Amino acid sequence: MNLDPRYRFENYIVGGANRLAVSAARAVGQSPGTSYNPLFIYSSSGLGKTHLMLAIGHLARSLNPQMTVEYVTLEEFIEELNHAIGDSAMELFKRRFHMVDMLLLDDVQFLAGRKETQSEMLRLFNTLQRAGKQVVLTSDRPPSEIADLDDRLITRLTGGLVVDVGTPDYETRVAILRSKCEERGVVFEAGVLDEVARINFTNVRELQGALNRLIACQTLEEAPVTARSVRELLGEKPDTPLLVPSQARGQEFASFLSDLSEVVSQHIDSWRVRVVESMTYWHQLGYVTLVLERALEETEEPDVDTLLSRYEASIRRLRELEAEAQKIDTGLAASELFKDPERVGEAELVLARLVGGAEPPPGPDPALTRSELEVGASNQLAVHAVDTIIDEPGKKYNPLFVYGPPGVGKTHLLNALGNELIAQSGGAFTVAVVNASQFIDELIEALQAEEIEKWRARYRVVDALILDDVDKCAGKERSQEELFHIFNSLFYNGRQIVFASVHPPKMIEGLEERLRSRFEGGLVVEIQAPDHALREKLYARYLADVGERLDRPLIDFLASRSVPSVAEMRGIVDRLMKAADVVGVPLNASFARKELEGGATAPAPRKQSNGRDADPFFLDEEKVLWDWPDVTGRAIEEFR
Amino acid sequence: MSLVNYATREITCKIVYYGPGRSGKTTNLHYIYEQVPGDRKGQMVSLATQTDRTLFFDFLPLDLGTISGFSTRFQLYTVPGQVYYQATRKLVLHGADGVVFVADSQARQLAENIESMQDLHANLAEHDIDVRTMPLVIQYNKQDLPRSLISSVPELEDALNFREVPSFAADALHGTGVFETLRGIAGLVLRRLSAGTSTPPAAAAAGGR
Repeated sequence: MNLDPRYRFENYIVGGANRLAVSAARAVGQSPGTSYNPLFIYSSSGLGKTHLMLAIGHLARSLNPQMTVEYVTLEEFIEELNHAIGDSAMELFKRRFHMVDMLLLDDVQFLAGRKETQSEMLRLFNTLQRAGKQVVLTSDRPPSEIADLDDRLITRLTGGLVVDVGTPDYETRVAILRSKCEERGVVFEAGVLDEVARINFTNVRELQGALNRLIACQTLEEAPVTARSVRELLGEKPDTPLLVPSQARGQEFASFLSDLSEVVSQHIDSWRVRVVESMTYWHQLGYVTLVLERALEETEEPDVDTLLSRYEASIRRLRELEAEAQKIDTGLAASELFKDPERVGEAELVLARLVGGAEPPPGPDPALTRSELEVGASNQLAVHAVDTIIDEPGKKYNPLFVYGPPGVGKTHLLNALGNELIAQSGGAFTVAVVNASQFIDELIEALQAEEIEKWRARYRVVDALILDDVDKCAGKERSQEELFHIFNSLFYNGRQIVFASVHPPKMIEGLEERLRSRFEGGLVVEIQAPDHALREKLYARYLADVGERLDRPLIDFLASRSVPSVAEMRGIVDRLMKAADVVGVPLNASFARKELEGGATAPAPRKQSNGRDADPFFLDEEKVLWDWPDVTGRAIEEFR
Repeated sequence: MSLVNYATREITCKIVYYGPGRSGKTTNLHYIYEQVPGDRKGQMVSLATQTDRTLFFDFLPLDLGTISGFSTRFQLYTVPGQVYYQATRKLVLHGADGVVFVADSQARQLAENIESMQDLHANLAEHDIDVRTMPLVIQYNKQDLPRSLISSVPELEDALNFREVPSFAADALHGTGVFETLRGIAGLVLRRLSAGTSTPPAAAAAGGR
């Protein structure tokens, strides 16, 4: 559709009531799709929405003649849509609307209650916005007041800029009239236009109608219209004061009303009015007003001054706290906590924790150090990533996701990283190294104790979060939710995050997509079962640990056997040591071979550290005992 | 029903005109409607039969503007007087803040008046309302008719006003006493404000959330 050439910025009179709208419209016309998209203009009818909209189209087209500008009223849009559906010509419809560079849609208030059109509109919007195309809409009311409008559509409509065009003031009205006269080439006597402008027309269309009438009169009568005759010609009473209804009629009602006012003012409690005023004010700003609401329910008048001043003092304090929290953690600052004057104490506590870190999250195990970590082909990538992080935490691999079967040294690696980070920073870093099951337990406890804010704050202030066995969060919605928020908070503040898990993110079932994608956003590395070189190093270390001298053939033999995990290697060494001890021979390659491959392999010890092998006889569930009971205990057992 | 809502700064007041058939309840409302300046009156809804008898009820919303900072609205209702519209009467009475009993002053209607008064009491009781706490005024309508046809005010007082509520002699057709009656009931209703029976529910204040 061609744009009506009459509607341009050049003949759009700018006044106080429409200045914002016009500047926004100009900006949009000059650089469509970049500044305010969509631009939503609303005003009551006849104040120039359509004019402004078309002016945008003209301006855009004059700057870029290639541009396709589509102007359509909502009614036409709906009609087109209906036709398209009726003629099964949706493609044509889509080509027309989805391909435009600028869509000007007039009178969108008629979207009210039209579900189908709304969903089509939503689709169209998404397409256009994704392509960076400009959308301009007009309506006679703001988006939020259009009845039955899809929430998603409301957010789209209000996502750019919403401006209103007000009723023009006297000066603007004169300017409009003068501009119209120039357009029409009509000259009126002095004072005529001013007189017309003085009449309180509510919109420009009426004003224009009045002017047309005067122009018609002047040309027909061939006598100039005078300022005096203006009102008469327009059917207005000379110098109309606001209409006063016939006195006799209104009097009875008026006296009733004044009597009533008196009764009301006697019976309205002025203190309640004050409380409500304050309540409304703070409620608008998002503060909880329960204290005031409770006061209202009292039958007796409370000390309103004290009540209000206390309430306001609490809010002042909350604002201070909020500002401080903002510096530390924007996520927390947005918390409800800072909106409830009755929870000032709690807010202070949280903040104190934030600032002072009164209760630091669990740190790394100091025994698991980087220097103890042996590197082989199976884990070198992960170790390399960790080393990079130690040099530049939060910069390169964030988050780092380490996965591999149990016992390959993930936890060691994680703790080593934690220890190194603390050491590198000279102890300034707060590093949380926590197992996911502990993380979840803590969360549940915090939920029980209603100290969730405190718990969150604990993790949100860390410089690095290292979460082991993160796959345990799978299927636990609340944990994932909290983890998600903590992740975001840390991530956007450039803090290092490291996860370990048995499976890579995409193999963890029950993991929310938003977490999965975040986990995969950094580096995902695998630690495999220890390779030969690593086994060699580790066996040498373990044997040295238990005081064995370096026995090359033994190590070679042990290293040649593949094992699924590092943990098992330590178990093998322990077992061999004990077996050799029992038999009384020195531990060497041939003994080890006999012990490990000689058929009669004893079952792996249940618990290596206490040095006793469990007799299979006692492996019955009920009978497993790590410390054999004393005589009386045994007697009782036998007696039973 | 909350009469004064401090949170939204509104006073809403439902007043029901009660009485026997043909006693002039709708006439009262019509007169008020005529007197109200155009911008203040809402659409008067009157569901009447062809013979001008109220079939369901009349409803006249009155926007009294802002009084002491409270936007004040009166809703005036009438009930159908005929005995067989019992259910409608009960329905209209629900949530009323005040009742105007419009009595027909004609001597031959005395029995109907008494019956209707008893009906009012019964209906209020069914709504679990203590008649003594419900603001009530009585209007003796049609006092313009010839003396010979009507009962005098003292006679009517004896017959109907055993609770000694405010009463008004009226000629609703010509407007005499109509606003006095409305003023009377409005005064009674609003006086209950300070009795603490109309504190705003906390929910209303929190409603914006």
